[in-house]
Amino acid sequence: MDAFLIQILNGLDKGSAYALIALGLTLIFGTLGVVNFAHGALFMIGAFCAVTLQRIFKLSFVTEDPTQQDFLGNPLKVETPYVMDWFGPEVGAGIIEWSVPLAILFCIPVMIGVGFAMERGLIKHFYKRPHADQILVTFGLAIVLQEIIKYFFGANPIPTPAPASLNGVVNLGAIIGMDIVYPLWRVIYFCFSALIIGGIFAFLQFTTFGMVVRAGMADRETVGLLGINIDRKFTIMFGIAAAVAGLAGVMYTPINPPNYHMGMDFLVLSFVVVVVGGMGSLPGAVLAGFLLGILESFASTTWATTTIPGINQVIIYLVAIIVLLTRPRGLLGRKGVMED
Amino acid sequence: MLGLNKQDTTLFLIVVALTALAPFILNPFPTESAMAQFNAGYPDLMQRFVIFGIFAIGFNILFGLTGYLSFGHAAFLGVGSYAAVWMFKLFSYNVFPAIFLSVVIAGLFSLLIGYISLRRSGIYFSILTLAFAQMSFALAYSVLSNPKFNLTNGETGLQVYTDDLQMFHGDHLPDLPHIFGLLTMRDNFVLTVGGWDFNFNVGYYFCALIMLLAFYFSVRIFRSPFGTMLRAVKSNQTRMYYTGLNARPYTLAAFVISGMYAGLAGGLMAAVDPLAGAERMQWTASGEVVLMTILGGAGTLIGPILGAGFIKYFENIFSKINDTVLHSWFSFLPDGMEDFMVAIVHPFIGKGWHLTLGLLFMMVVIFLPGGLVEGGQRIMRLFRGKKAAKEADEATQSTPAE
Repeated sequence: MDAFLIQILNGLDKGSAYALIALGLTLIFGTLGVVNFAHGALFMIGAFCAVTLQRIFKLSFVTEDPTQQDFLGNPLKVETPYVMDWFGPEVGAGIIEWSVPLAILFCIPVMIGVGFAMERGLIKHFYKRPHADQILVTFGLAIVLQEIIKYFFGANPIPTPAPASLNGVVNLGAIIGMDIVYPLWRVIYFCFSALIIGGIFAFLQFTTFGMVVRAGMADRETVGLLGINIDRKFTIMFGIAAAVAGLAGVMYTPINPPNYHMGMDFLVLSFVVVVVGGMGSLPGAVLAGFLLGILESFASTTWATTTIPGINQVIIYLVAIIVLLTRPRGLLGRKGVMED
Repeated sequence: MLGLNKQDTTLFLIVVALTALAPFILNPFPTESAMAQFNAGYPDLMQRFVIFGIFAIGFNILFGLTGYLSFGHAAFLGVGSYAAVWMFKLFSYNVFPAIFLSVVIAGLFSLLIGYISLRRSGIYFSILTLAFAQMSFALAYSVLSNPKFNLTNGETGLQVYTDDLQMFHGDHLPDLPHIFGLLTMRDNFVLTVGGWDFNFNVGYYFCALIMLLAFYFSVRIFRSPFGTMLRAVKSNQTRMYYTGLNARPYTLAAFVISGMYAGLAGGLMAAVDPLAGAERMQWTASGEVVLMTILGGAGTLIGPILGAGFIKYFENIFSKINDTVLHSWFSFLPDGMEDFMVAIVHPFIGKGWHLTLGLLFMMVVIFLPGGLVEGGQRIMRLFRGKKAAKEADEATQSTPAE
């Protein structure tokens, strides 16, 4: 039973990354009708926002400490980060330690900016072009973005740990009298994703803006005829989708040190998630994200891998193929979206 | 000639001439000169030109004609490579059975994948093929290399070991892929004329011959009623259904043919270098062939070959340029300017080649959907005026990607 619950938890935190990326992909697809192959790159840029912020906090100046000497007898050079100088050593050290959670605040404006630039600068010109062209141009953009990141940050994964106080384990089972020990950060990751997903849904469901966007997703032309500048609203949605991907990336950095191709690795799976959930369906994307995450985690158990070797590697693709062939519209796909 | 009309014959003869004379054309600078780094006339690179040419020609039959964008073609290439290396391991180093098997296996594999994937079209098709290719990659990389059933040898890559069976391998035969023991794929004849060294490589000419055959078949397919049917699938499938035609068999045939081309390319890759690794199946490899085809000009006859040559050439050249070379180029500028120019160009060269490729690719998709071929036509039009341009259009029969 414990093992069972642990697998579910494992699935939930992997699934929340899938769900967040797939949610963003679906938002873009549902609003703008664009298949965005560069969405994985947005996830990666988000992760590198955390890295950048950590580096900014660690910017330091060098002073010579005459009381200490290095092995050559010269005065020891001490690097003091500016934040430590400004806010005092303890607060400064705290800021550096908490750079990942703080990166959430840093990442949102950056990602919205990146999203706007992408939509206005490039994707706008591809609304009327065939889907194949959209795939190709965003694929090219993804390569460019990841190469730029590689140029500035190098090819190796960069460790960005979570704050020490959030790095431990937590016994989730204590409440129900069981012993389920689980890394705290992963629990936070799941809660955070749930919060964002809930936020997006609430935003779309309960605000006027969200209502207009939903109306635009259903029938763009009519909304336009009613005198609403739907393009601008959709551009804002693109920015939000980019921010969601970016946040998923920021929070993922302590789980997996970011490298330049993490976006591509997640992208393929996220596409599969979107297709399984149903193209253009937001609840479908979330549901499929968690479902596939959990399935993958169960397929990775020793029992599963000894019964069918390699099942953990292919389970997601297999499920996708089966779903596409038996229920081409996806689990919760709407009628008439991307049908031939 | 050979069932081709006059214009196609001319095009074919040009391609024949170019491939036959490639060792000269690609080697314009003397070996000792400073420009020698721009030479591409060495065996390894020339082989890559023609092998990726075959791969792209095959991909073009699917994407260029039917408009189905497959993101999983590398899987067939990988399967072809594995099949060829297994042939080397079990029977002998003779390349003919190996290539034959790789084409057959890739054909069967693509029949299976195509049968399933082609039930959907558009973006779903792309994602399905992508999923299949990633699945094959994952399987080849880890699962199929367990000690009990080692089909792919995992991370190390499949290669021929001395204790392999090799039933028909005799002592008189070379320990390299060979053509009936007469010539090995690595045989190389160097012709030295003045300061130039021209390489005539058996592997290259073997692959080039096969590429010419492949090219000939693709011309015939483009011009056949079957090719017309495939174009009909691309332009309006619904109308095709209304006229009582079922598009599925045609698209499936196109998919299998292009899969066999990919298998052929994979087999040749193993033939020039008897090694097969799973990374050949990764989706970035599938992306590469898409890039080649689009860059050259999807739907045109010559485009894919141009694209393959272009990407492979510049990949090689750009990767070789380093800061020292840049400094020598910009040395005519004043010092500050020189460093500035080097700093600007630096991210795009050496390891930054992929950045250049990505930017170039985006530019092509945005401004030149017909690829290099369309670019060439536009330039021609500038020179020759409108009427002549119309004829040129008909000559190459381009159908831009849109």
